[in-house]
Amino acid sequence: MTRAASYFKIGPARLFVHFCVLVIVIIWLVPTLGIFVSALRDRDQITVSGWWTAFAGSTQTVAARLGTPDQQKQEGDIFVITGNVLADQPGRSVKAFGVRVQQPSAFEAGQTADLGDGASLLINSDGSYRYMKNVAFAPDERPRRIYVAASAPPEFTLANYKTVLTSEGIGQSFINSLTVTIPATIIPILIAAFAAYALSWMEFPGRALLIALVVGLIVVPLQMSLIPLLRLYNEIGTAIGQPSKTYPGIWLAHTAFGMPLAIYLLRAYIAGLPKEIIESARVDGASDFEIFTRIVLPLSFPALASFAIFQFLWVWNDLLVAMVFLGTDKDHLVLTGALNALLGSRGGNWEILTASAFVTIIIPLLVFFSLQRYLVRGLLAGSVKGG
Amino acid sequence: MLSQIVSALGVVVVAVFACSAYFFFSNKILDLALPVKDGDIRQASRNLNRRAMIRPWLFLFPALFLLIVYLVYPVVATFILSFYDRSGNEFVGATNYLWALNDREFRQSIFNNILWLAVVPAACTFFGLVIAVMTDRIWWGNIAKSIVFMPMAISFVGASVIWKFIYEYRGGNDVQIGLLNAIVQTFGGTPEVWISVPFWNNFFLMVILVWIQTGFAMVILSAALRGIPEETIEAAVIDGANGWQIFWRIMVPQIWGTIAVVWTTITILVLKVFDIVLTMTNGQWQTMVLANLMFNWLFRGGGDSGRSAVIAIIIMLAVTPIMVWNVRRANAELKGR
Repeated sequence: MTRAASYFKIGPARLFVHFCVLVIVIIWLVPTLGIFVSALRDRDQITVSGWWTAFAGSTQTVAARLGTPDQQKQEGDIFVITGNVLADQPGRSVKAFGVRVQQPSAFEAGQTADLGDGASLLINSDGSYRYMKNVAFAPDERPRRIYVAASAPPEFTLANYKTVLTSEGIGQSFINSLTVTIPATIIPILIAAFAAYALSWMEFPGRALLIALVVGLIVVPLQMSLIPLLRLYNEIGTAIGQPSKTYPGIWLAHTAFGMPLAIYLLRAYIAGLPKEIIESARVDGASDFEIFTRIVLPLSFPALASFAIFQFLWVWNDLLVAMVFLGTDKDHLVLTGALNALLGSRGGNWEILTASAFVTIIIPLLVFFSLQRYLVRGLLAGSVKGG
Repeated sequence: MLSQIVSALGVVVVAVFACSAYFFFSNKILDLALPVKDGDIRQASRNLNRRAMIRPWLFLFPALFLLIVYLVYPVVATFILSFYDRSGNEFVGATNYLWALNDREFRQSIFNNILWLAVVPAACTFFGLVIAVMTDRIWWGNIAKSIVFMPMAISFVGASVIWKFIYEYRGGNDVQIGLLNAIVQTFGGTPEVWISVPFWNNFFLMVILVWIQTGFAMVILSAALRGIPEETIEAAVIDGANGWQIFWRIMVPQIWGTIAVVWTTITILVLKVFDIVLTMTNGQWQTMVLANLMFNWLFRGGGDSGRSAVIAIIIMLAVTPIMVWNVRRANAELKGR
């Protein structure tokens, strides 16, 4: 029994809750599941059937030829050719068959079809057939062409991943994304932690004002910064004779845009550390730099971790900052940008899109599920407090 | 590929090292420049005071520098640019603002933004609250929560691909491979190209953001619900209140503050939302929002910094009340400490 739940003791009400949550979980899971399943399917199958049918196998119509007259045997007063239409296709089964391309599944498997002129055909679901005639097959008769609707078992393949990682530039973008994300996660933590310490434990004029500034800047829209910063980057780039769109440029941009929230979250945590520890260290003659690196930094690990996850997810998933400050050439295109470009150029090729989408979201999902506890803790520290 | 990984790792190490070196050496230099060990005591204590005056700024300098260059200066610069022409050289007064007032696309964007603001924060908060209440009551609630929370980790672009696949439409007699159209067809409806149905397509885009953000609302509201003292609920049960009454009259009022925080956070996100519209429709079929309109004007036909600055200012104006509220809340919190 969970806390504060005493009013939900009654059976039907509880069952209803279970049912509702189950429905919600399915709704939330199904969209992502569609991507995962489709990315593993054959490209031809994706276009002919919905991904939810992937587990049930698919049905394909194939043309086949029956055996030649020299295979015929006489059984009583009828002549029979036997064989198997699925001889070279193991694992499949026949659902229906037909003799005309317009009606490829006119007869069900296991049913004997009357083909006229005294001929009849039986095809079983395992592919074995009996082609019967009440007169002998003429030796020059051409093998008869038939059509079978054969169902294939569920098939999964990694070919789509191979394609996107090698020929669609997703592999390259993956590296680019890592190059952007790792420094843009570590640098802001270091800078924000020092600032948060100063704002919590060092006395200086204007401290309250700075804290207010940081809180206010949390909500400044990113769009605001684009135009002036683009100009600034271009001017600096021209001045030093370097391209304006570089990795250090985007690291600094991400560091700065994450800074208000980072300082806010870390300050809330660092200010809450026990006063006695810091003051006794100070009495023992430790400088603020020593107190910070030897005491505050190790103690703040949970807060640092939660912010690190935030920043990682934010930078990895960002599209706007990367498009503006890093550009869209091959050497700099990040995963989100690559995926966006594929949506434009390969709009209908779902085998490419789904596999690429999976590559894009797998790293954040791994980070998310392994470190979820820290993330939740960080969210709560930032939002519920004083709410 | 390998050489790229190695060079990427190399720059990462250099970048992180440079940042650490700043803090280490700036503090070292301060200690060396103002020694306290030898010499007379008066000199030492004066140096100690000076150190205490300077050191906070050494700690704060990188953060402040970045905040000012990347956030404070742009606010001022964008405001000034909004009164200049497309290249930013000639003063044109309020021309850009007048253009915005009369531009059809701009009005469409404002309308759509209001639509987003009305629907998404409310939907996320509502679903978040309902799911939080329900999952707190069942033994597999934490697993359910993880699943609802999961889309938080998925990029907006990734989420757009996921949902574009759900909305996928096949013309003629082709088999529908988009889940939504397949369901519609099963129940006898006609499949549609959902993202190009004017007006309603906005809602199909909003669904994506609601799917992503509900988990966030749920986690925070769930924590707030656990903070409600059990006695108040028990008292209500004794007084004969039913589940519905307890939820609306006892639980919701007690976590009102947290609901406001969640609502505000999602509102800010909605105003800045850009990726979903870009990847799903790029503003076609009347789905343009301010953030995308601004981006378009930034690059359209070589770019028009005046007009895009105006749009940025409008977005800024929309978040200003939230900013003021945020600062006040933080101040009250500081004083209460």
